[in-house]
Amino acid sequence: MYETLRANTKAQMGLGLLFGIIFGFFLQKAGVTTYKVIINQLLLTDFTVLKVMMSAVAVGTVGVHFMHGRGMINLDIDPGSFGSIVVGGLIFGAGFALLGYCPGTVAGAVGQGAMDALLGGVLGMLFGSWIYAVAYPRIAPFRARGPFKHLRLQDLFHLSTWAVIVPLIMLIVALFIGLEWLGL
Amino acid sequence: MDWLSMEQWSPYICGAGIGILSWFTFLLSGKALGASTSYARTAGMIERIFRGNKVMEREFFKEVAPKIDWQWMLVLGIFIGAFISSSLSGTARIHWVPEPWFSVFGGAILPRMLIAFVGGTLLALGARWAGGCTSGHGISGTMQLAVASWVAAICFFVGGIVVATILYAVPAL
Repeated sequence: MYETLRANTKAQMGLGLLFGIIFGFFLQKAGVTTYKVIINQLLLTDFTVLKVMMSAVAVGTVGVHFMHGRGMINLDIDPGSFGSIVVGGLIFGAGFALLGYCPGTVAGAVGQGAMDALLGGVLGMLFGSWIYAVAYPRIAPFRARGPFKHLRLQDLFHLSTWAVIVPLIMLIVALFIGLEWLGL
Repeated sequence: MDWLSMEQWSPYICGAGIGILSWFTFLLSGKALGASTSYARTAGMIERIFRGNKVMEREFFKEVAPKIDWQWMLVLGIFIGAFISSSLSGTARIHWVPEPWFSVFGGAILPRMLIAFVGGTLLALGARWAGGCTSGHGISGTMQLAVASWVAAICFFVGGIVVATILYAVPAL
């Protein structure tokens, strides 16, 4: 039954919008659509961004792997490589710090009236995307360099899925306790 | 309904909410939360206005079609959702130079816009280069336990911490 819904393009447009509204609502209520919260995370004085992301990962991973184990959903995993992930990730990080928003939260920042997010951030992102599209034939071979040997953490640690998830959640909870204890 | 007008909720509650939301995007849409590809599609749609179907000669747009799709609607939804949330708490307002930029670099609009534009350019370039952003890799990929996404998330923050620290150290020099 899910296959029919997933293939229904019109319904998916509506669902995408609905999911986005909920996503944007949570991001704004968490404070991460605000420049101050993101830049203070990168200056290591406010850990709200990390708390939001790691809470989402801890809760998300349980449901996703429960459903995947029952054949209800398909996963979508990028195998990655040094040339794409590390190089691209560091470029992204530099942009993250200069803009003070990321691609999702910049849309939320525009929604709460941040003009630097709209006239600086969104326009810059359209320009950067276009530069990439133009340079793509030259960048593509470089991105393929140094492919990662392991697809999933399970392969890296030679453990079953739940033997990775349980310690991961314990680590995330320990991180939260540590952050609260430090008053961050 | 006082909680709807609260300015901020616990980051743990919001994060857990986003985690549960991701269950439904996988189940009902067969997709993971993400954002950055939509800007690339939009860039292609804009180029199409000027160059027509010649835009499709670019290898990149053959792989990433310049059209409105599920994720594009998701990003539009983020804008609407944040507008609703900030309107309910009375914090929605047009503002040009945010804190702490204002205190450290001053209230001039142009320098902030220029740095934000450069930041946005690098952000989108890096997201396409790495194949995802703080949503696609940082939340969706990591929860799928993808090695590449954990490495990407670490690189996002390493790059971000280094550049933010240098940027905010400049005025003190």
